Amino acid sequence: MSSRDVVLARVRRALADVPRAAGPEEAPVPRDYLRAHGDESAADTVRLLAENLADYRAVVHDIHAAGLPALLAHLLGERGSRSVVVPAGLPAEWLAKCDVEVVPDAPERTPGELDAIDSVVTGCAVAIAETGTIVLDAGPDQGRRRITLVPDHHICVVRVPEQVVASVPQALERLSPRRPLTWISGPSATSDIELDRVEGVHGPRTLEVVLMTP
Amino acid sequence: MRVALFVTCINDTLYPRTGRAVVTLLERLGVEVGFPAAQSCCGQPQFNTGYRHATEPLALRYARAFRDYEYVVVPSGSCAAMVRDNYPRLGEKAAAEGRGGALAEAAAEAVPKTYELTEFLVDVLRVTDVGAYYPHAVTYHPTCHGLRMLGLGDRPRALLSHVKGLELRELEGAQECCGFGGTFAVKNPAVSAAMGADKTRHIRETGAAAVCTVDNSCLMHIGGMLSRQGSTVRPVHIAEILAGTEGDVL
Amino acid sequence: MSVTDLGMPAFPAAAARATRDTRLRANLRHATHTIRDKRARAVGELADWAELRAAGRAIKDRTLRHLDHYLERLEEAVTAAGGRVHWAADAAEANRIVTRLVRATGEREVVKVKSMATQEIGLNEALAEAGISAYETDLAELIVQLGKDRPSHILVPAIHRNRSEIRDIFRSEMGDWGRPAPEGLTDRPGDLAEAARLHLREKFLRAKVGISGANFMVAETGTLVVVESEGNGRMCLTLPETLISVVGIEKVVPTWQDLEVFLQLLPRSSTAERMNPYTSMWTGTTDGDGPRTFHLVLLDNGRTDTLADTVGRQALRCIRCSACLNVCPVYERAGGHAYGSAYPGPIGAILTPQLRGTASELDASLPYASSLCGACYEVCPVAIDIPEVLVHLRERVVEGGRVTRRGVRTVIRPAKGHAAERAAMRAAAFAFDRPGVLRAGQRLAARTRRLHPRRLPGPGRAWTDTRDLPPVEAESFRDWWQRTRGGERGSGQEGAK
Repeated sequence: MSSRDVVLARVRRALADVPRAAGPEEAPVPRDYLRAHGDESAADTVRLLAENLADYRAVVHDIHAAGLPALLAHLLGERGSRSVVVPAGLPAEWLAKCDVEVVPDAPERTPGELDAIDSVVTGCAVAIAETGTIVLDAGPDQGRRRITLVPDHHICVVRVPEQVVASVPQALERLSPRRPLTWISGPSATSDIELDRVEGVHGPRTLEVVLMTP
Repeated sequence: MRVALFVTCINDTLYPRTGRAVVTLLERLGVEVGFPAAQSCCGQPQFNTGYRHATEPLALRYARAFRDYEYVVVPSGSCAAMVRDNYPRLGEKAAAEGRGGALAEAAAEAVPKTYELTEFLVDVLRVTDVGAYYPHAVTYHPTCHGLRMLGLGDRPRALLSHVKGLELRELEGAQECCGFGGTFAVKNPAVSAAMGADKTRHIRETGAAAVCTVDNSCLMHIGGMLSRQGSTVRPVHIAEILAGTEGDVL
Repeated sequence: MSVTDLGMPAFPAAAARATRDTRLRANLRHATHTIRDKRARAVGELADWAELRAAGRAIKDRTLRHLDHYLERLEEAVTAAGGRVHWAADAAEANRIVTRLVRATGEREVVKVKSMATQEIGLNEALAEAGISAYETDLAELIVQLGKDRPSHILVPAIHRNRSEIRDIFRSEMGDWGRPAPEGLTDRPGDLAEAARLHLREKFLRAKVGISGANFMVAETGTLVVVESEGNGRMCLTLPETLISVVGIEKVVPTWQDLEVFLQLLPRSSTAERMNPYTSMWTGTTDGDGPRTFHLVLLDNGRTDTLADTVGRQALRCIRCSACLNVCPVYERAGGHAYGSAYPGPIGAILTPQLRGTASELDASLPYASSLCGACYEVCPVAIDIPEVLVHLRERVVEGGRVTRRGVRTVIRPAKGHAAERAAMRAAAFAFDRPGVLRAGQRLAARTRRLHPRRLPGPGRAWTDTRDLPPVEAESFRDWWQRTRGGERGSGQEGAK
């Protein structure tokens, strides 16, 4: 008997009290919780996103699409970044005004090479206002998971308002489990010292979120 | 209205004045109180220590003793919670063990009629001003089973706030357990004492003359520690405060 | 079970030692009180918390009641997505599987994300015996590993250490494991986090094998979810070529949609945040992104035994948030080590005696490590009635009875050391069921009340060491009633028998 069979047989014996013929539906799941907390306009939802991002120490910028290249150039310059890694599908015009080395990501790029790069610029899949979260799904303008992890500075562009949802349930509806997902709520942090939150451990210590309107 | 007092074994033996205060209070509010002598202990000490089977005859006895009454008033949050939360469990487990439905029936009979004292006053008699007088500073410790199992909420404080002369002092960390916990106090004496030390320190810091709860079992632990510390803060059951009137000598 | 847990004293003795450790008491008090208020605020933000909690409970109950169904679906989905699924009936088998998988890569080093399951099975020790170094990368786990210490909290394993202790450990130990602590390291939390960042980065960048647990596994899609804060999880889950996840079988949830409940319940209950900084979700393997090889080891190790108990089963709903530890007045004073397992606090007091059984003195003492105050149940995001299970397990300890051990139904005998208590409890119940006997006892106590000592000998000392006894009154309530009222209704008629 394989361990698989052993474990499954144990499970079945343990559940002798459960009426099994009807399938899992015999156990009801009430879903009386809200799909979103509050019934806010699109503008209010974006405002809430900005507030909650800032509350967890992300730096938030508002910009019209036309101003994005100048803003990105300013942010990278201000930080003194010399190199920036970008996913293959990032719109080229976004970095058109930047005066730094732009490194396109490629599968052969090692973690060590990424560690030598100062910044990363990506888009996102969806942003969640109630929790101040951006979600990356490895889409063309977001790239492999490691590029938003190893560099110390991440700039993430959110297309407002279409990429912003109010709540966690709404976000999951938009996301595909087939894709690797990274949910990011502020820069890396820890509560491991005296249960008090400190920002800045292994992930990017600076997270800048650009809310870009058309 | 046929109302019985379930005095509880601890009050019967160690705190009879609490039982007398309940009788005084209810009679002053126009309630005729019965005391069926067949009552004894709710079985909580046995049940909570793991002796479920020793608890069963006591649950049956409880249901039998109060069969003729519409309401059973209990001056103890944890004993009321024992009846309301755990008697149905006794019934379910006995039925699951193939031992018939007598315990489940006893629970079904006992649960709806059982009220902790402050619940009975506020929910059944619908009074919060019971005409009491107690000219002292008092701090109130919400006992765990009253707070979390019964959900007494604001009832005790609402009653205390109407007592003439009484000044209610806020207690820091009020919702934290005092450390009694029945046999916990003797099975884990060091942790129990550490919890009690914090609770009594907070009580002393209020400067109140008395600490009040809905449970004499917790007060036995709190009062025992205060006494050992040489503190003059008096442990007082809420019934004794509510029973007092201006005519009494306090 | 972890070898370090053998030979631990029973809970009361270990807890008593902890109560005398003033620094430990101060560290625990500070940390638990800090998080308590924050959790209340984070939960208070959601008007539908009660409904989310009810849904979380119901989803877990559905999963547990049909666990075989969901495990088979999970296996199918993970396999279809390019993962390999292994089954481990116990800790030893899980350790053997992981060791074999690591050896097959040819590597001698692995990086680890904090994982309760691998702590439970003692994986690091097993790997060490096989000559494989496992580096813990969670900050608190790193503190514990460098300090040759044991974890004392589910979320924050080094909660028993304050900032200056952590600085001392980093200064003296980091050099032995890799990059030493920076010169002049202070005890500022930000500087300590920076030291950990520098120390671990070289390990992350060269790691070829990562080992993790998972917070959730979605049966419908084969997706695994790891919820974390620091980014060490992301490092371990995405940089190595091989990822091995060891996950308890109860961590499965039926559907993708179910995550909408748990991703709201868990962060607010755990770190008191609206959302934790990083959550990773992966389904099998992805070409060109992340590990090329993914192994999932499904762990039983006592879980099916727990499942067989219809009352105790609810402990398997646990999502390891640690809210129950943070509100527990006993945990706050006893500390996590007294519980002698990977799972301290109230949840540990009901989980450990079910996963391991109640045969050892320590495990039999755990169900009594509670005053039954109910604060744990109140905050539990999946509504585990911990007091109910504690009392249920106390019964198992003192009365014995039917249990399932390693998949086999058996009848256990009452634990040793409860004979006097059992006799006393039965005698009390006997007297309480005979009011005549009770009354005789009360009268005897009243007559002799002036002779009662203030300090009791023997087991009674546990009470009178710190508390005075209440004086016995001259007249019991029932005697007063009889004397003044004469009958049940106060009108002369005799009460029922």
